[in-house]
Amino acid sequence: MIRIDFHRLRFLVIDDNAHMRRIVRTLLHGFGAREVYETEDGAAGLEAFTHYSPDILITDWAMPIFDGLELTQMIRQPGANSNPYVPIIMLTGHSEKKRVTAARDTGVTEFLAKPISAKALYQRVLNIVANPRPFIKTRTYFGPDRRRINAQNYAGPERRKGGNADVIRQPSLLEKARTSTK
Amino acid sequence: MARTKTEQPLLKTFADHEVIVPANPLRHAAVAARPDDEDPVARAEGALALLSSEFSMWMDLECKRLDAARLAVRARGFSASTHETLFHAAHDIKGEAATFGYPMVAIAAESLCRLIEHTPDMRRIPTPLVDQHVDAMRAIIRENGRPEAATVAVRLTRELREVTDAFLRVENRDRMHEMDGILSPPLAPDVAPEATRI
Repeated sequence: MIRIDFHRLRFLVIDDNAHMRRIVRTLLHGFGAREVYETEDGAAGLEAFTHYSPDILITDWAMPIFDGLELTQMIRQPGANSNPYVPIIMLTGHSEKKRVTAARDTGVTEFLAKPISAKALYQRVLNIVANPRPFIKTRTYFGPDRRRINAQNYAGPERRKGGNADVIRQPSLLEKARTSTK
Repeated sequence: MARTKTEQPLLKTFADHEVIVPANPLRHAAVAARPDDEDPVARAEGALALLSSEFSMWMDLECKRLDAARLAVRARGFSASTHETLFHAAHDIKGEAATFGYPMVAIAAESLCRLIEHTPDMRRIPTPLVDQHVDAMRAIIRENGRPEAATVAVRLTRELREVTDAFLRVENRDRMHEMDGILSPPLAPDVAPEATRI
């Protein structure tokens, strides 16, 4: 059995509703977190993300200036910031299928529908720390692997083409970033 | 907090995608549990319980915000601005009310959100139905704790939802591709899949 040592984690909470920020902060402090930063819109959130380098970002969906989905799109840009792999928990009142799928396809790591509970938030953080997923990069997607289960009896279409590509040497993301800035 | 130097991610390249395995910089936060460890979830719930003395006041503030948004619609009609403000106020209540101890208010707010979000032409949103939702929420809060209040609240929210769904069916009759999404239940799980390995 493992537990999460929350005081080793730095959180950034982005939500335009002050009550919800206070609730999330209270829960995180209750878990043992010491470093919890807050902002109230997507633009300030992006700035705080760059400034504080949080380990885990918790964001609302509906916010002024730009929303949680747009914020995720901006962060999930390889080479555009210091940590495009940062785990993102989307904490939102939206829970419809269409919304959950949209969040997943934007690169959100975990989806947490309000009303928030201590147990559900803890589980999301535990999952992020203990079961990190690889990232997938395609022409249209960059984010955590959307396949959480390796189903042996999966009968749908195989969208990923396997087999090694002809390219033998692949530059690292760092090299790519350096090249793209020249 | 000491930060270690960033390790390079492992990269596998396939015909049409790359699989990138970043180093897990958070693994230092996963530690072995000891039998005498305090339950962190119970500790956080305790912290939230201490905060709960504020909840009725917060619920009241959120309701006043919704009421102001409703009055703006009544005075100026639906515009992009009044539509957005009303939706935002209802949506916040939908997400918060259960935490504040008013789960039936959250259900009524969800019904109002559906009405606002899924009516294709905002000018056709019936303002009396908006008023009924807002008034219902205020009544549920006001009568909270009284005998039979819970039963009345269940009946009230169910009727609001039924009337709203009937209206949305008519308004979306030419958008059958949208109808499934509008009338389907929420998908989000309550609990994430169990974490079993490091």
